[in-house]
Amino acid sequence: MGKRSIVLVALVLGALAALTVPGESQAPLKIGVIQPLSGPVAASGNYIRMGAEIARDWINARGGIAGRKVDLLIEDNKSDPKEAASAAEKLIVRDKVPVIMGAWGSSMTLAAMPKLEEYGVPMVVETSSAASITKRGNPWIFRISPPSEMEALGLEQYVDKLGVKRVDFLAVNTDWGRGAISAFGDMLQKKGAAVGAKEFMDQSATDMNAQLTKIKATGGDTLFLTTAVEQITLVMKQAQEQRLGRKIVTTGGSSSPTQLIKQAGAAAEGSYHIVFFMPWFPEAMPDGKLAKAFVDEWAKRGHPFEGLTEGFRGHDGIATIAEAIKVAGKDEAAAIRDALWKVSLMGVNGPIKFEKDGPAGKESGQSKPSIFVVQIRDGKVALPDFLAKK
Amino acid sequence: MDQLLQHLVNGLVLGGTYALLGIGLTLIFGLMNVVNFAHGEFYTLGAYVAFAALTLAGVNFIVGILAAIVAGAALGWLCEVTLLRPLRSESIDTTMLVMIGVWIAMQNGELLVWGGVAKSIPHPFPTAPLVMGPVAIAPLRVIVLILAVGLIASSWLLIHQTKLGRAMRATFQDRDTAALMGVSIGRVHAATFAFGSALASAAGALLGPVFLVYPSMGDLASLKAFSVVILGGLGNLTGATVGGLLLGIAEELGAGYISSGYRDAVGFVIIIMVLLLRPSGLFARQERIG
Repeated sequence: MGKRSIVLVALVLGALAALTVPGESQAPLKIGVIQPLSGPVAASGNYIRMGAEIARDWINARGGIAGRKVDLLIEDNKSDPKEAASAAEKLIVRDKVPVIMGAWGSSMTLAAMPKLEEYGVPMVVETSSAASITKRGNPWIFRISPPSEMEALGLEQYVDKLGVKRVDFLAVNTDWGRGAISAFGDMLQKKGAAVGAKEFMDQSATDMNAQLTKIKATGGDTLFLTTAVEQITLVMKQAQEQRLGRKIVTTGGSSSPTQLIKQAGAAAEGSYHIVFFMPWFPEAMPDGKLAKAFVDEWAKRGHPFEGLTEGFRGHDGIATIAEAIKVAGKDEAAAIRDALWKVSLMGVNGPIKFEKDGPAGKESGQSKPSIFVVQIRDGKVALPDFLAKK
Repeated sequence: MDQLLQHLVNGLVLGGTYALLGIGLTLIFGLMNVVNFAHGEFYTLGAYVAFAALTLAGVNFIVGILAAIVAGAALGWLCEVTLLRPLRSESIDTTMLVMIGVWIAMQNGELLVWGGVAKSIPHPFPTAPLVMGPVAIAPLRVIVLILAVGLIASSWLLIHQTKLGRAMRATFQDRDTAALMGVSIGRVHAATFAFGSALASAAGALLGPVFLVYPSMGDLASLKAFSVVILGGLGNLTGATVGGLLLGIAEELGAGYISSGYRDAVGFVIIIMVLLLRPSGLFARQERIG
């Protein structure tokens, strides 16, 4: 090879390099999303995907982040912890995403967490509420949903007004359900309420009559119910069939009261629901304008209204990640993690800002979300009497 | 005591539907030697057909259930003729793999057509429970139990009182001899698979309004159906009926008096015990050899 051809090759290579540099910076920013898109809790996962897509489209409509479009890579965890772990691995190893949002259920999130630590990729947790998630010392976890303890504390001020004296629990047999029973049980006992039965149901169970018969025998006045909306529907229908006659309070914010009114009908009447978004009265949210815009965009896309109480989490999770990438100035996992500690933004739920939680030196991030209580009254969602505007 | 009565009523209603699922599977398993992993998908199919008939076409409740039965029988027949018939001389493993394929294809097909969001089937019966002393039960569940008993009784009549039933029993006892006596094995197999699938489909249509309808609902149904078949013995109608009721009541009492977290475990402990003590099922007759 003569000297001239070497120069030529170098020129060509240089030109190619020059071409690829701007090309690469224009490549879309990848954000991984792990949600249950099929299986028993598929409805919730799909609503979160819809919310995440709204956030993505809003960011891209404003010109993306530093001129780069945001691209969501969405994986289905099939409502199954094993699948959640392999979805995380696939996103990180094959798709090379620098950050993930997921994975809805606490058991699914917990199953995916070791993968985050193994490969060093941060995950924003949008729904899961088991306390253990931020207590395990996984410094790659940033949670914007409230753990059950935080939710229980948020409800504490209303316990007397709700008239809870003797309480029973029915929860899905997962980390989330078990965590909720201990958190709400502790809080209610502290407030002087007697705790009766603590019953569990399998995630895929459809017949809860045995548990309800047992609960009926305790003679309590309130039933705390922790599971996804499909199972809440079934429990309410079966409770009505057995004439359980209890005040029902659902926890976890996945109860989608609008869907309950549609599918459980009269069986849902009078029940209370802890929610983290009130799409029925968006103007009452911390940022009324943003909440209203989100509700309007959701309707414009033809998404079902009942999905809003889940969908907002998808928006807030992606908005948080986008803000972190902006602060970091690059899409590298470690830089995004460091930036997540600095973000401070307004989500549909309210302010998002991470504080340290868990064992010293390996803390996870935990934001302090806003918590609300609504009631189903006359087939509509309303603020409970004790919260109605004076 | 009050609680026990309510548990028994709950268990009876649940067990009736397990029996319905088990009968279809036990016939297919016992007669055709096919491990039908897609059985639960026919259950799901029935639920979706009933949902479509009742909400989209707006027909009445009984017509919706009949539509589900017809759809289940038709697809079952098609499945036998196109997939299982060419493989009749193959081993049990081959057909099992084919049925696993059908299971995956049907479940994903349902997900594609209906989406993952659970559907609720409307029904015309009052929601206020019937109360008899300490026991409360929804009218819909009573209707479901009555229809299930009716379907089980008609299966019984079909197997024991009709010519087709006699041909089915003859094929089960000894396929070659039955063929020599002029029984059309092909027709018996197609009829058995269609019949078993129709029963699963009917169970789905009956339980759809009680529970919710979603693509993966059949997985749990398959599991229960296999449990019932193991309890009752292969190809045994009485076994499947009693096994279904036994499983329903055992799960209910286990959840009520031991722990609701171990509800399914109670059912499986019973199955392990039956397998240890009577390996061919509670009601299995001695197999004819030679």
